[in-house]
Amino acid sequence: MKKWQSENANGMKRRKFIKNILFSLAALTTPAVLSAQEALKKLQTWIIGEDYNPFEHYWGMGIDINKCIGCGKCADACKKENDVPKAPFFFRTWVERYRIFKSGKTFVDSPNGAINGFRKPYYESEDKDKVIRSFFVPKICNHCDNPPCVQVCPVGATFKTPDGVVLVDGDYCIGCRYCIQACPYGARFLHPEKRTAEKCTFCYHRVVKGLVPACVEICPTQTRIFGEIKKKASPLMRFMRKHKIGVLKPSLNTEPKVYYANLDMEVR
Amino acid sequence: MKFKFNPDDLKSLVKKSFSSDNINKRRQSMKFFWKNLPEQIRRLSVVAVILFALPLVVRQLLIPTDFGKYGHYRASALDEIVSQEIHYAGRELCNECHDDVVEVKYNGYHKTLTCEVCHGPAFAHTEDDAIELEAPRKRSYCPTCHEYLPSRPSGFPQIISARHNSRKACIKCHDPHDPKPPETPRECKACHAEISYTKAVSKHVDIPCTRCHQTPEEHKIRPREVLPSKPHNREFCGSCHALDAESSEDIPRIDLFEHERRYNCWQCHYPHLPEAN
Ligand code: HEC
Ligand code: HEC
Ligand code: HEC
Ligand code: HEC
Ligand code: HEC
Ligand code: HEC
Ligand code: HEC
Ligand code: HEC
Repeated sequence: MKKWQSENANGMKRRKFIKNILFSLAALTTPAVLSAQEALKKLQTWIIGEDYNPFEHYWGMGIDINKCIGCGKCADACKKENDVPKAPFFFRTWVERYRIFKSGKTFVDSPNGAINGFRKPYYESEDKDKVIRSFFVPKICNHCDNPPCVQVCPVGATFKTPDGVVLVDGDYCIGCRYCIQACPYGARFLHPEKRTAEKCTFCYHRVVKGLVPACVEICPTQTRIFGEIKKKASPLMRFMRKHKIGVLKPSLNTEPKVYYANLDMEVR
Repeated sequence: MKFKFNPDDLKSLVKKSFSSDNINKRRQSMKFFWKNLPEQIRRLSVVAVILFALPLVVRQLLIPTDFGKYGHYRASALDEIVSQEIHYAGRELCNECHDDVVEVKYNGYHKTLTCEVCHGPAFAHTEDDAIELEAPRKRSYCPTCHEYLPSRPSGFPQIISARHNSRKACIKCHDPHDPKPPETPRECKACHAEISYTKAVSKHVDIPCTRCHQTPEEHKIRPREVLPSKPHNREFCGSCHALDAESSEDIPRIDLFEHERRYNCWQCHYPHLPEAN
């Protein structure tokens, strides 16, 4: 019977060969594994502010259309909290008024983002077209789980944090406006002086300190609910159980994390 | 000539080239090699090396050191964002020094309002009470929330400010921290403005709300806890509209057993604005 080991093999036994392979593999990968573990450790102890660990949270917002009175205090508070330019084209959050007419037409307006509310009490019905439904819809960045804006950024200046908030690195942004184009919700704008992209941060600077975003803090009717998506006992989870939830433009598969209750199908 | 590879040659070559006395020789030969290259190749190779190295250097310079630490972004961006100044203090901080006002507001109609919705961002004030806050005493302030707008949800108290005690400031009659109406609202219109104004132009204008909704007086004081009744069957509408109903002659009649039996009346007719083609 012929020995399976060929004659001119350098005499190395199979066992030794395998051993060597294993050792060298281990030796080769140790640095990588070590450094990866170190990075992971760094991440998990990444604590901003006081005792804030982003890996323990996942944020979202609930908005109940049936409660919104259209006072626009949220839009106002947002500008004051975040020093958003005063000019009437720059908003991180705003309120829209929907009016749906009998003829099927839908009319949406948001005078100055509704910062001063909606004052005109009666509407002039256009060509005697009767309004059959009317309501307010607060809008804000959806902090998509699958954000198109982050995907298009050429320099990595916009990103999603481990706790699910989409942010912009103002110092690193080159102002190319790709993200503004990519956002299907119109939630971004170019800062007129800094020339960089800006958007809602879920008031990240407040959230890490245990406060809620300014718009949620200020809302007089608790239309806006801020909270954890992944914890059972959170006001947001309760809200999502209690109501039938809708999101804006679900077909785009952006997986928004702003959840609307009593959302009319006319809302886009 | 055919090149033949012999592993032993390679072994001896490696051995030779790493032995120290050979290093000098190798340097010599490298120099020789370089010198003997054609002029243009030498120049081109320098350019090639620069072209290759330049992007690497530029990349090194442009990408911040902390890029990619947590993800595809600059880690210190987070610190910058988080260090942004806070303007709104939140509702807990006021308790310390204004517990009297907080106490008054706690059970009032304005309990869901945060102090700062009326007094403005107050974080600076909580740090240093010399920084004064505004109090919105003007009559034009409250209607931002309370002016009648058809788009507002049913149940929210609304007024038409031009008609509502138009001479005086709102806070003359309503304590802003506990805005009890001086007397219970007489009409449903106070909180169901849109329904009332709709009904006012409908065929049902003369039917009082309470004919269809038995409303305990408590509903006007604690509206969400005590709810009025709502009609729940066809016979209710039939009490006026059925062929044999004992009601005014002018009321249009339908045969309760023939007319669209499968549905409740208000699945087709909005009771506050009934229409029949
Ligand atoms: C550290 C204590 C302190 C805290 C905390 C504090 N205040 Fe004050 N506040 C004062 C003092 C002192 C005055 C001035 C005395 C006075 O006029 O009663 C004052 C006055 C005011 C006034 C009166 C303005 C006017 O026109 O008379 C308002 C409104 C007010 N505070 C609102 C707030 C709100 C809202 C908060 C919570 C965000 C708050 N304060 C938190 C100490 C405090
Ligand atoms: C609906 C708007 C509104 C809200 C909400 C509100 N205030 Fe006021 N506040 C006013 C107005 C208006 C005045 C002026 C009253 C006056 O001049 O009689 C005032 C006056 C005050 C004053 C000074 C006069 C006084 O009564 O002592 C203090 C202090 C004050 N508010 C604190 C607070 C605090 C603290 C809260 C939150 C618990 C709060 N306010 C919530 C509207 C509001
Ligand atoms: C930011 C919005 C907002 C502002 C500003 C505001 N209110 Fe209110 N008001 C509310 C809310 C919310 C309620 C509670 C309604 C409810 O219980 O559904 C309320 C309730 C009331 C009620 C009780 C009505 C009833 O019978 O139920 C009165 C009266 C009132 N407000 C008066 C005032 C006055 C006066 C001012 C100005 C000092 C004022 N409000 C400013 C939001 C506001
Ligand atoms: C002269 C006193 C007076 C003044 C000034 C006044 N109100 Fe009233 N308000 C009342 C009385 C009385 C009621 C309850 C009876 C009623 O329904 O009219 C009331 C009721 C309300 C209600 C409950 C809804 C309703 O119609 O019953 C709201 C909201 C309200 N007022 C807001 C305001 C606002 C906002 C202002 C300032 C623009 C204001 N009030 C000024 C006396 C006053
Ligand atoms: C102080 C404000 C106020 C007044 C005055 C008031 N309501 Fe309401 N009403 C409410 C609120 C708030 C709700 C709850 C709305 C909601 O939950 O969406 C409500 C709900 C209702 C409902 C719906 C109940 C249900 O089961 O959905 C009816 C019907 C109703 N009111 C009838 C009346 C009638 C009739 C009157 C006059 C006699 C009246 N209301 C006066 C505030 C008021
Ligand atoms: C002819 C009887 C009738 C009269 C009059 C009437 N309602 Fe109703 N109302 C109904 C019926 C029936 C429903 C149930 C509709 C439904 O469930 O879709 C209803 C529902 C409601 C609701 C809750 C649903 C909604 O549309 O928001 C409110 C609030 C309400 N009515 C308030 C009023 C008020 C205020 C008045 C007086 C201005 C009034 N109603 C007069 C029959 C009536
Ligand atoms: C108190 C008696 C009464 C009750 C209860 C009542 N209605 Fe009426 N309804 C009337 C009167 C009165 C008219 C108007 C007759 C006229 O002037 O043409 C009317 C008119 C109508 C019309 C005809 C409108 C048109 O354009 O011709 C419809 C539809 C109607 N009601 C539906 C209902 C429904 C649905 C209910 C039950 C929720 C109901 N009504 C309950 C008294 C009543
Ligand atoms: C499936 C829809 C539907 C339902 C449910 C329905 N109606 Fe009608 N109703 C109509 C239509 C369509 C008309 C107009 C055409 C007609 O006269 O048949 C009408 C007409 C009427 C009229 C006016 C008749 C006239 O002679 O002017 C009255 C009153 C009325 N309905 C009352 C009721 C009452 C009360 C109920 C509940 C018992 C009811 N309707 C349920 C669709 C409906």
